[in-house]
Amino acid sequence: MPKYTLLIYGDSAQWEAMTDEQWRAHDAAHAEFRAAAGDRVLGGQQLEPSPTATTLRSTGTLDGPFLETKEALGGFYMIEATDLDEVLGLAKLLPEVRAAHSGVEIRPVIDHE
Amino acid sequence: MTPDLPDGDRPRDEFPGGGRSSDELPEGGRPSDEVVVAVAEAHRRDWAQVLATTARVTRDLDRAEECTQDAYAQALVVWARDGVPARPGAWLTRVARNRALDEIRRQAAFRRRLPLLITEGDNPGDDRLRLIFTCCHPALSREAQVALTARLVCGLSTYEVARAFLVPESTMAARLTRAKKKIATARIPYRTPDPDEMGARLDSVLEVVHLLFTTGHTAPAGPALIRDDLTASAIHLARTLHRLMPRVAAVTALLALLLVTDARSAARVGPGGLVLLPDQDRSLWNHAQIAEGVALLTDALRREPPTRFAVEAAIAAVHAEAPSWERTDWAEIIGLYDVLLRLTAGSPVVALNRAVAVGFRDGPQAGLDALAPLTAEPALATYAYLAAARAGFLRRLGRRTEAAAAYDEALTLTDNEVERDFLHVRRRNL
Repeated sequence: MPKYTLLIYGDSAQWEAMTDEQWRAHDAAHAEFRAAAGDRVLGGQQLEPSPTATTLRSTGTLDGPFLETKEALGGFYMIEATDLDEVLGLAKLLPEVRAAHSGVEIRPVIDHE
Repeated sequence: MTPDLPDGDRPRDEFPGGGRSSDELPEGGRPSDEVVVAVAEAHRRDWAQVLATTARVTRDLDRAEECTQDAYAQALVVWARDGVPARPGAWLTRVARNRALDEIRRQAAFRRRLPLLITEGDNPGDDRLRLIFTCCHPALSREAQVALTARLVCGLSTYEVARAFLVPESTMAARLTRAKKKIATARIPYRTPDPDEMGARLDSVLEVVHLLFTTGHTAPAGPALIRDDLTASAIHLARTLHRLMPRVAAVTALLALLLVTDARSAARVGPGGLVLLPDQDRSLWNHAQIAEGVALLTDALRREPPTRFAVEAAIAAVHAEAPSWERTDWAEIIGLYDVLLRLTAGSPVVALNRAVAVGFRDGPQAGLDALAPLTAEPALATYAYLAAARAGFLRRLGRRTEAAAAYDEALTLTDNEVERDFLHVRRRNL
């Protein structure tokens, strides 16, 4: 079965400014996504904000994310699906799709088997 | 008319839909005109169907395209020897499909290359719809959607598509390859959308067909005002969609718009160049086509509230049914533009057209006043028709210096030679 990663991008400042109530609604939407996707979800994690990132390059060790942008990677899922339409149908359930500062990038995963 | 025939300024394509030259054809001499016409006709009518059906066998758009091209190449030779078959489309489909099956037998690993996801259904009409919806999938950029549709559904050669959209052939080839690769690797399915997403998906198909038509209706650059191959392809595609989805009002309305707009083509260019609507010889209009378009529009409006294309068709119909320029119902046209402004969330181009209509109803000063607020609109800053419209009203007011400046501005904004000649003449005659 083909695999896709869902890369969740957004503005860390806006995520950090969310109230407890907003987070509860946010988490509930993620639970709804996981329930709808069922065992098609192979994994996924929420990441600490991008200022906590450390980047290694040929020039050395750097403080911060690889790309210094306002919208940074905030989390990801790895899912299985038969085609892109199935992925789109599931990804639409994610709350980051509805908030104006965030979004979800879908990337097919190369099958090395 | 056989717009698909080689036309001399096409450097590479020796036969319709080709990407190969005639010296790669099998032995058998040059086909007669009759055969060439039959192949061109079959190309226009059946290309999408042959490709769509073959794609179900190859599961790969690239390979389906090659097999389809080969089938048309063979037709030139075999039809010249054996005569044109009774059902050319069926003949071409069989040849393309057999070719595809041969390939699959030869290369067992072939399916892993660029897989195309085939889902349910066996109806040939469904195949064509699948192809269209795949080419216009929202995960592809509008640019890619239009290029794929022109190449794969309309069967225009890569060179023709490149020329229509003003990019080098290599750029267009790369764009098509990238788009086909995305369809395969991201697994955009080869199927028609589910009912709950049909509305949005269909809108994107209709936008693409409309864009193909408008690109042909007034070519963005070059010696000809109209690119017949593009307008004919777009109308053919709209007809196909209408045949496959006869009860969908948005499709009916788009076909109506294209038919009524295209019906005026013969009068748009005269011996002296571009002829604007006020001066067109209305007897040159295709009145049968106008009647067909108006009947379709009436049907669409009876079914559902008007879409953007329905209102545009209605505006085109008011012009098409006016007995003369002087007797055009401007109040009706302005009322329709008001509806269109609401449907397009205040599109600046619609606002421009409305302002021009106000000028024709209430006189050139009123037109100029209506245009004034639009000159600050960034979306119209490079739009030649705004400057041309201002120039026209200034000319009628006798404000020659300002009119000349406005004509100069319009001239810097269009590369279509027929339009440029027209603007030059108007400027000179001030």
